[in-house]
Amino acid sequence: MTAPKTMPRLAIEDLSAISLRDGNRPILRRVSLDVGLGEVHGLVGESGAGKSTIAKAILGIIPSQVRIAGGKIGFEGRDLLTLSGSALRAVLGRDIALVPQDPTTALNPSRRIDAQMTDGLRLKRGLSAKEARLRAHSLLEEVQIRDPDRVLASYPHQLSGGMRQRVLIAAAFGLEPKLVIADEPTTALDVTVQKQILRLIRALQERHGTSVLFVSHDLGVVAKICDRVTVLYMGKVVEQGATAAVLAAPRHAYTKALLAANPRYDRPDTGLEPTPPEVITALRAEIAAFDAGSGEARDG
Amino acid sequence: MADDLLVARGLVVSYGRRAAAPVLHDVDIRVGKGETVGIVGESGSGKTTLGRALLGLVQPTAGSIVFDGSDITAVDEHARRSLRRRMQMIFQDPMSSLNPRHTIGRILIEPLLLHGLADNRQAARALVHNVLDRVGLPRNAVDRYSFELSGGQRQRVGIARAVVLRPDFVLADEIVSGLDVSTQAQVLRLLKELTGEMHLALAFISHDLSVVRSICQRVVVMREGRVVEEGACERVFSAPQADYTRMLIDAIPLPVVDPGWLNRGSAADTSASA
Amino acid sequence: MRLISDPKVVVAGGFILFLIVVAIFAPLIAPQDPLAQNLLTATLPPIGFPDAEPGFLLGTDGLGRDVLSRVIFGSRVSLTVAFVAAGLACLIGSILGLLAGYLGTFADTVISRLVDVWMAFPPVLLSILLIAVIGTGLHSVIIAIVVIDWTRFCRVVRTETMSQAQMDYVTAAQAVGFSRPAILFREILPNVVPVLIALLTLEMGIAVVVEAILSFVGLSVSSDTPTWGGMIAEGRQIVHEGWWVLAAPLAALFATVVAFNQLGDGLARSLDPVLRR
Repeated sequence: MTAPKTMPRLAIEDLSAISLRDGNRPILRRVSLDVGLGEVHGLVGESGAGKSTIAKAILGIIPSQVRIAGGKIGFEGRDLLTLSGSALRAVLGRDIALVPQDPTTALNPSRRIDAQMTDGLRLKRGLSAKEARLRAHSLLEEVQIRDPDRVLASYPHQLSGGMRQRVLIAAAFGLEPKLVIADEPTTALDVTVQKQILRLIRALQERHGTSVLFVSHDLGVVAKICDRVTVLYMGKVVEQGATAAVLAAPRHAYTKALLAANPRYDRPDTGLEPTPPEVITALRAEIAAFDAGSGEARDG
Repeated sequence: MADDLLVARGLVVSYGRRAAAPVLHDVDIRVGKGETVGIVGESGSGKTTLGRALLGLVQPTAGSIVFDGSDITAVDEHARRSLRRRMQMIFQDPMSSLNPRHTIGRILIEPLLLHGLADNRQAARALVHNVLDRVGLPRNAVDRYSFELSGGQRQRVGIARAVVLRPDFVLADEIVSGLDVSTQAQVLRLLKELTGEMHLALAFISHDLSVVRSICQRVVVMREGRVVEEGACERVFSAPQADYTRMLIDAIPLPVVDPGWLNRGSAADTSASA
Repeated sequence: MRLISDPKVVVAGGFILFLIVVAIFAPLIAPQDPLAQNLLTATLPPIGFPDAEPGFLLGTDGLGRDVLSRVIFGSRVSLTVAFVAAGLACLIGSILGLLAGYLGTFADTVISRLVDVWMAFPPVLLSILLIAVIGTGLHSVIIAIVVIDWTRFCRVVRTETMSQAQMDYVTAAQAVGFSRPAILFREILPNVVPVLIALLTLEMGIAVVVEAILSFVGLSVSSDTPTWGGMIAEGRQIVHEGWWVLAAPLAALFATVVAFNQLGDGLARSLDPVLRR
């Protein structure tokens, strides 16, 4: 696990969460991860691994049936979990922005792009209506939209999925945040569009030195955009490290199994390997031992 | 090359009154007996419409679809119903394709009774038990509702419903797109085994070229309602003829770190058009 | 089994069942003749109040008739209207709604336009007009309710059918080879029923209220048959001398409407595997 050289931008320490609806079942098990300055950090895992719970905890939008049971989310020396509602709202949008998963529902269908993009600029950056409009225009140019005026005047349904995602990326990066949470931002897109969007996120991130927490279920996407990666299973970190190292020589059996299940067009005879039952048994045992151990630690 | 099972020629499909802008333009496709053919393309390529037309669920405006010697666009409703048993379908979203108010048992038993593959419920139940065993579901699933199952289990029910009628041809439309990779691997393994055991012809619609490469023998690449390339998987993936195929393949992110990948290739910035 | 475990079904259903028994056996249950007038016992208060007389549990009205017995007999009219009128409106409306929603195209156009035109008539005017033509009486009240309210069922069922028909399970049934009627009645209908139950019981409550309103203005059954609406009209005139004459039928009306609505909610929840989850 390569330690970032300077103080990380985001430092999650021992974050635990439980589901209140499901007999206090743990959904995050003492997760620790750092996102360095200007780093893209991948958070991978299958459904139910707790990826989106982490993203939601950072954004302070934990659902009512989930409770944070312990840990810290350090951002610029403050613990986001202890901030009041208004202090957190001041940070969100200005310092932390979200690129959501589904570009079709993330935009209000009955408002023009213009109005939706300038909202944040006026509220969080204190721009006048005219300044905000100019800024929105240049932001759309920055995400390589060739006809910003027409897009600004459009309603979301008049744009393709890829265009909507560009608008959302422009809106997120436009506030010049220090950290962007990208929650499966290309899952709903075609592969060719996905490639463009990944290229765009990487370019903007490099240009502005933004840190990105990139949530994904796709190891291929993570390989192409993330500097480091954290692999989650049932809310527990099973492997963490530089993306190249983790993918080339995974140390945990679960990471190996994920890679083996992934089909690859360049190696048609490998891939599609179902996770061996002994790996699952060992994982379950590991989790049970961890739960027992941390239980003792808490009690003692 | 296997004998032809399903051959479509010159298929044109238009929806509603927009005959001027068909969803499919003059599409030719053939699926041999026991053969697995991938149909790939991005959204709007017409691959889903092509699949539905092959099953006779969408009426083509022009063209012919010959299944095992008889043209299904020409036969009457009665004859088509008997063909139905031999042509089945597995859906993308197992949640919406399983009636939420029917038990899994009912979903699997009624088709058997409809097509006379079982004389009574007792016999149908026995056949259903066999198929549940085969797709790796517990027998007590018959009393469950779809929402009580996991995503992978639901897709197994979808497969069970398709194969319980002992069809010759199955259309699989994006059947693993919502599943985790480990579940996807299990479901695709199962499907591959079943096609072998039952000598099943499979049309496998997918946007994921890596999946297609691992389970299909031939592939048809579609774009905007037209076939842009067609051939054996091995050849198409190693030496694509069409630029579009090349671009699709280049856009697949392999789980290998490759710093130049993002800025390479021609995932041409078609950005500006909305 | 499941029904009995749902408190809403038990309480509300129990009340409706009790009401049905009371209505059927009214002549046996009612302590007095609901029509017997006696000016010597006029406006007696209910038991527990000063000057009350045993034998008149809920007191008497201005003509000395027993209020409890009149409420009991009044339930006959209310329940008949609730079940027959709401049932018929539901039957006609849902059949047309199912056909419009599933067949689409021409059938949908014809049925939908009919509903649009129908709904453009003001309902109160329509019912008064109708009763003016066919005369007053229980059958008129029922016809008026059916004629006005079938559109409510038709619209809701049509929309619900259309959205269900879009689902893949319908395509799956087509691919398996089920006929169109089989798909409509065995695949789609069970998914429309939960909405229908809720709407039907709501309509039963509405029918009870509409009957009461028509009785109140004297457009329902003849005045020698006790009805809750008629009683409310009479009670209103003597509310200062005998508030109970107004309160008793109002309470019965209120409880019945609430019970129907709660029953619908509970039934939909306990009969439906999806909502039960």
